Amino acid sequence: MSNFPWLTALVVLPLLGAAALWLLPAGARARARTVALGFALAQVLLAVGAFAAFDTADAATHQLLETAPWIPALGVSWAVGVDGVGLALIGMSVVLVPLVVLAAWREQGSTDGPTDRLRHYLALVLLLEALIVLVFAARDVFLFYVVFEAMLIPVYFMIGAFGGAQRRYAAVKFLLYSLAGGLVMLVGVIALYLQGPGGSDGFLVENLVGLEMDPNVEKWLFLSFFLAFAIKAPMFPVHTWLPDAAQQAPAGTSTLLVGVLDKVGTFGMLTLCLPLFPAASRWAAPVVIVLAVVSILYGALLAIGQKDMMRLVAYTSVSHFGFIVLGIFAFTSTSIAGSSFYMVNHGLSTGALFLLVGFLAARRGSQQIADFGGLQKVVPVLAGLFLVVGLSALSLPGLSTFVSEFLVIVGTFARHPAAAIVATLGVVLAAVYVLWLYQRVFTGPVRPELADMADVGARERWVVGPLVALMLVLGFVPGPALDLVRPPAQESVAQLDVADVEPTTTTTTPAGTEGSDQ
Amino acid sequence: MSGFTAPEIAWGPTVPVLVVLLAAVVGVLVEAFVPVARRRVVQLALTLAALAGALLAVAALWSDVARTGGTDVLGGSLVVDGPTLVLQATIALLALLSTLVFADRVAGGEDAFAPSAAAVPGSDYEELARRKGLRQTEVYPLLLFATGGMMLFPATTDLLTLFVALEVLSLPLYLLSGMGRRRRLLSQEASMKYFLLGAFVSALMLFGIGLLYGYAGSLRYSDIAAATATPNGLEGLLVVGALLLLAGLFFKVGAVPFHMWTPDVYQGAPTPVTGFMAACTKVAAFGALLRVVYGMLPGLAWDLDVVLWVVAVLTMVVGTVAALVQTDVKRLLAYSSVAHAGFVLTGVIALQDSGITAVLFYLLAYGAATVGAFGIVSLVREQGVGDDDGPAVLGEATRLSQWAGLGRSHPLAAVTFTLFLLSFAGIPLTAGFVGKFAVFSAAVEGGAWQLALVGVLASAAAAFFYVRIIVLMFFTESPDETVPAGPGEVTSLASAEAPDAAPAGSTPAPVLTAQAERSARATVTGGEGLTVVAVAVCALLTVVLGVAPSPVLDAIASVAVLLP
Repeated sequence: MSNFPWLTALVVLPLLGAAALWLLPAGARARARTVALGFALAQVLLAVGAFAAFDTADAATHQLLETAPWIPALGVSWAVGVDGVGLALIGMSVVLVPLVVLAAWREQGSTDGPTDRLRHYLALVLLLEALIVLVFAARDVFLFYVVFEAMLIPVYFMIGAFGGAQRRYAAVKFLLYSLAGGLVMLVGVIALYLQGPGGSDGFLVENLVGLEMDPNVEKWLFLSFFLAFAIKAPMFPVHTWLPDAAQQAPAGTSTLLVGVLDKVGTFGMLTLCLPLFPAASRWAAPVVIVLAVVSILYGALLAIGQKDMMRLVAYTSVSHFGFIVLGIFAFTSTSIAGSSFYMVNHGLSTGALFLLVGFLAARRGSQQIADFGGLQKVVPVLAGLFLVVGLSALSLPGLSTFVSEFLVIVGTFARHPAAAIVATLGVVLAAVYVLWLYQRVFTGPVRPELADMADVGARERWVVGPLVALMLVLGFVPGPALDLVRPPAQESVAQLDVADVEPTTTTTTPAGTEGSDQ
Repeated sequence: MSGFTAPEIAWGPTVPVLVVLLAAVVGVLVEAFVPVARRRVVQLALTLAALAGALLAVAALWSDVARTGGTDVLGGSLVVDGPTLVLQATIALLALLSTLVFADRVAGGEDAFAPSAAAVPGSDYEELARRKGLRQTEVYPLLLFATGGMMLFPATTDLLTLFVALEVLSLPLYLLSGMGRRRRLLSQEASMKYFLLGAFVSALMLFGIGLLYGYAGSLRYSDIAAATATPNGLEGLLVVGALLLLAGLFFKVGAVPFHMWTPDVYQGAPTPVTGFMAACTKVAAFGALLRVVYGMLPGLAWDLDVVLWVVAVLTMVVGTVAALVQTDVKRLLAYSSVAHAGFVLTGVIALQDSGITAVLFYLLAYGAATVGAFGIVSLVREQGVGDDDGPAVLGEATRLSQWAGLGRSHPLAAVTFTLFLLSFAGIPLTAGFVGKFAVFSAAVEGGAWQLALVGVLASAAAAFFYVRIIVLMFFTESPDETVPAGPGEVTSLASAEAPDAAPAGSTPAPVLTAQAERSARATVTGGEGLTVVAVAVCALLTVVLGVAPSPVLDAIASVAVLLP
């Protein structure tokens, strides 16, 4: 089984699922939900197989490689392969999809049986899953770009066709922001190819790493890539599409959008920007770090001020993405490993938060915080789940998010103490927005119109339960996951050609001096 | 007197063009001798056979040309090399698909053309022609003549032949534009405008040809190119002549500032003609432009660079910005075609071998999406007063507001149209993306990365109006769905609207224009299935060229060398 094309299989299976859903004969459409769930769960099994085939001891090198010519005339190959970070992100995405399918069970008017709308929606979810796996596995810059852009189409329809009242505005805003970034990256992609060796496999990442480039060219190329990733991530000041998209999209879509898709931005910074343009990355790092810290604080402050729960969660993500970017551009193996782990945890935590808000919104018919109050007594289980997930968003020790956030801050402190100290304020602000939200929604007197709200049912427990369990497991036993992300982090730092700074040295003072010589 | 020595003619390589032109002549005879009732079938069969024959002829010539690089024909007036064959095959294929759209009729037997184009709109004679069920079948020979001219256009290496080919392709198009069955005044206005502007530009071009002849003493591209190498004090003639010549070509491709005719003509012409014209003319004209810029004027590259850059940037920007505010789908596609001309120009400017391949591929991808998109436009009709067989089908619903909710009522048509729009917008996994990627790569490779940057920014802005149509089709309720109507009333709205109107069958066509001003809801007709076939082929091409472009790209790249 060593030659089994795991990654291609992981791409093809959900595509088959989407095709099956679309082609389902009229008689079998009542089973659309089961079919979708079946494919999503089969995908989980396949991913388990891929994890088994992956050699964790060698997590820094890309494994499960497959390379075949695709468009030789343009230098494009079908090249897939993952290192520890890519695999972890694929695992996280694959776990989220069946939960999103399950969460959409009664959406889109499906009270009794699945409606046609739901069938189309689920097919789009599976289509998106295929693209997600591919984007995390792509080892060819062109292939990465193609998927990066192609992903917009299913998401565009998932927001625009299935979302809330302002969905059209949100979908178009999302698409135009992403396209603008993506197309600028296209020029960078072309120019990068021409810098490289060219030929029929000139877009392979390994052919493009370590090129000798004119420093100015490298800076421009870095900027063209970074802009696309910053919009995707999203970072301050190009984040404004996210709150609108998240507010209008169905909860499951927001989960995939924020939990998974936005990771493509930070993943791209980590796996393309850093290794392809090391000198330019070092050049840009101070500015990026400042922007990241601004994102952390700005996102958190705006989250505190939100009236709409979906928007609130979206702004918390802006803050969290600030942490991830900060860790990546601090250039220490600890901070980068923390950021990689953060990407996984943020997907679980924010995904769960979006799904829970979705449950609340479905019950009340509103996402406004002011429409809730005192729910603790009415729906105790939902309240408990919400509290746990909310605490994970503020990185409570014992939950997986704590581990990653701690690593980011510690790793950053070793090189940029000031940035780390300011970023820590974000943690405090996180406590404010999470606990204040909980207070307004769940505590206080029970509002009469909410008195007969139903608590989470069995299906909903299955949606959130696995995520909470994963957060706890990864919180107490983070070792195996960190084994996946640490070696690639060390590899990244080595490629950057900067001296790694171990956090243990922070008690003495060389961190400051090493930081200043950049 | 040395006397006239007849040039030796290699007939073989000209077969693709000859087949089409001969069939056009036969088509004229068919008009004269075949009974009215059978003309349409005979003409259609003849046209399809001729175009398929041309494709086969190109295929037969292919291996030879791929081996030898091509041949001079007619003493160097024509060159049959790789790019010629690729362009001729593209034109023949797109014309073949357009023919299917031309020939399609909606229920009731109406095609897109006026029964008697010479009749004054609204006159008794027109009404008589309509009652007698006359059919315009001259459109097929006209289409073939135009196609023949287009196939000749990119093959010429001689300014005089270039001019003749230009006229052969243009004159039938002027006529065809004026033959719309509906909104006849608009159609005739379009025809007039196209003719006047076209004639004006032809004159400019002829003047330019004269100046170039005065400069070089020859009409051959290669001679002119050779003459530019040695200064002879007449450079003023050369530059002005070249600019005038380029103006003519820019007019044909619809590049700013010579684009003014496109929106009006595209909107007024019968939709099948618009599709044919938008796709094939552009292919032919860019073919000729490639040959002129690469073959005749490389010595002038320094002087012309500024002009080409300005035109390319203006074309991309103006086309995109103007398209943003359009409310008619045909005008919108017209401005989008202007923007596309700008994108192709970036590939032309690259002056790289990869630029030739890129331009040729782009033209194929763009042409397929264009014919398909206009094919769908010709199927989206206003729904008229119904009779027992269901609602009648009226003219095309071209106002964008009428397309609202089409994705709900006719998902297949809307999804296919979306595919073409995504291809225009250059979204990955469609042919349009590969084309855009190829031309922008060529531009960056040729050092014109600023041009590529303008191109991608224009693409991002262009995406806005393509997406606007998608939003309209899928995410917007159709106008009568939003009317607060009780259940059951919605579906019968069209028939309830005009209970006192005469049955649709006896409503004269021009009267319908008044009715079309009201917001009739749009429906999609299947026609006789011919357009559906054409659209399906275009959709298939768009997807296949987007996902697996390798075979086609390799085939083009293997022969993409221009002979001098």
